[in-house]
Amino acid sequence: MTAAPTPDGPAGRLVARDLTLGYGERVVVEHLDLDVLDGGTTAVIGPNGCGKSTLLRALGRLLRPQGGQVLLDGQRIDRLPTREVARALGMLPQSPVAPEGLTVADLVTRGRHPHQAWFRQWSRDDEAVVAEAMTWTGVLDLADRPVDALSGGQRQRAWIAMALAQGTDLLLLDEPTTHLDLAHAVDVLDLVDRLHHDRGRTVVMVLHDLSLAARYADHLVAMRDGRIVAQGPPREVITPELLADVFGLRAAVLPDPVSDGVLVVPIGTRHTRQAAVRGTSAPTRGAA
Amino acid sequence: MSAPPVLGRRPVRLGPVSTVWRPRAVLVPVVLAVVALVLAAVDVGRGDYPIGVLDVLRILAGDGEQADRFVVVELRLPRALTALLVGLAFGMSGAILQSVARNALASPDILGITQGAGVGAVALIVLGGGALGGVAEVVGPPVAALVGGLLAAVAIYLLAWRQGVSGFRLVLVGIAVSAVLTSTISYLLVVADFTEAASATVWLTGSLNGRGWEHVVPLTVVLAVVGLLAMTGGATLSALRLGDDSARALGVRLQTGQAAQLGIAVVLASVAVAAAGPVPFVALVAPQVALRLVRSPGPPVLAGGLAGAVLVVGSDVVSRTLLPVELPVGVLTAALGAPYLLYLLARRTRRSDA
Repeated sequence: MTAAPTPDGPAGRLVARDLTLGYGERVVVEHLDLDVLDGGTTAVIGPNGCGKSTLLRALGRLLRPQGGQVLLDGQRIDRLPTREVARALGMLPQSPVAPEGLTVADLVTRGRHPHQAWFRQWSRDDEAVVAEAMTWTGVLDLADRPVDALSGGQRQRAWIAMALAQGTDLLLLDEPTTHLDLAHAVDVLDLVDRLHHDRGRTVVMVLHDLSLAARYADHLVAMRDGRIVAQGPPREVITPELLADVFGLRAAVLPDPVSDGVLVVPIGTRHTRQAAVRGTSAPTRGAA
Repeated sequence: MSAPPVLGRRPVRLGPVSTVWRPRAVLVPVVLAVVALVLAAVDVGRGDYPIGVLDVLRILAGDGEQADRFVVVELRLPRALTALLVGLAFGMSGAILQSVARNALASPDILGITQGAGVGAVALIVLGGGALGGVAEVVGPPVAALVGGLLAAVAIYLLAWRQGVSGFRLVLVGIAVSAVLTSTISYLLVVADFTEAASATVWLTGSLNGRGWEHVVPLTVVLAVVGLLAMTGGATLSALRLGDDSARALGVRLQTGQAAQLGIAVVLASVAVAAAGPVPFVALVAPQVALRLVRSPGPPVLAGGLAGAVLVVGSDVVSRTLLPVELPVGVLTAALGAPYLLYLLARRTRRSDA
């Protein structure tokens, strides 16, 4: 926090160096380097099983690297005290489950855990931060409702409020829009967007929807087979060639009519007017 | 000057100390504690020489006749105190295990910890047989139970370990280990001669008969130390209930935290088994009852322990007042605890249906 943020610089607050990750014998990510863009939103995309969630778990210190290291403010994250990491870096796992009957207020309060002690469970700071996080995410009215009784979108906002209450500059979100309908997905991503625009938070998230990723990310990281294939501004990264290469997907990439982003229009094998498709993409597999 | 309560919760703050005022979290334990103590006083009064509850209280306050004092303090109080403390230990142990495993089935009797303690004690009674005498006959089985329970817990933990311990795997491994230990107990009872098998069976049912100060003192010491440790682990348990990844993201040292909490639960269960035998069902049902009374997001440790104390002492009172024959307390804990849990479950379901 003393060092000024250096956008695009090599010495970001959170970096991965020569990272090799896996579960037991199975290696998922190999020799990966990544500089997380300070103060921006980074989206990691890639096909199922490409190692993007594994990468996020390692960045969030939920997974110990088999090789290489993750550095937080220049220090090895696995050597820092757990609580200290939790005060700098918040992480929302994929589809988290709250215990039955836990209220929204209780859940968001858990975010204060790294700042609390057994005798200090609800300080004025805690109260102010929790109230603010809940106001911000629009779950204040749901304070006394059990989390398991909420709709998917409300539940996700409650969990984001918890991560927010942790008060960290860095926020890692693993598929924050899973199981949400499009309206709620946009709702959640707008919230994430405000986080870094209004609050200067650094966000790294794993996303499945390519058009949404292109819309909401400042920096896009495309992964395949545990390696980074391309990264940069979404409009440069998302091309028909890359989609064919990374996802094996035939798709047209069009300018987004409502933003500076791009739209990904999958082609598939049926329901397609052949005249419209010709020349839009180089297929690598499937029908032709 | 004080800010209005936000989020519908009233803060309690004094200097650096702060917490949230939750009426049920305070009132339920207080009520349970009062009920447990009253039941204990009734329990002390029962016997061949009945003494009224008020007389019991007067004697405990330091008054009363010499003869009555002897009966109460030397003969009957240890039994009632053992019942209280055993219930407290089982209830707390169950609440902690259920929280760490995030599974209502994770109680020491399901996981095989009490069975491990059972194997220890029965093996000593049967195999040690006639060789035991004097002090060893009294102290032996509890110590063997303690060792057996701890060994079973270590075995379960190591078998369930796979880059960390998941709650579901812990329960499955525990059930398997528990089955092996149960058949070991059966084997020991089959090979035992008649008198040994009889005394082992009484011990296995869970009994408060003939409990003296020599049972109360170690139980009190362990509960005082481990119970206090358990109380300070509340925040860790709350975080663990959110799942491994969330807990770690919140700054909980997962493996250390889990292992410490499991260790506390195992010691509590093992000491309780050592004192009164494997009194069944208390550790499973008491935390679940307390959970529904307190309406907390996870099994509450203190309230769970107090509910366990009420259950064990209450079972002993029922056994000694309402029933024609005095039964070992273990026979009644399941018979009384299970219907009450079923009642709570049914009531809750009906309300959420409405």
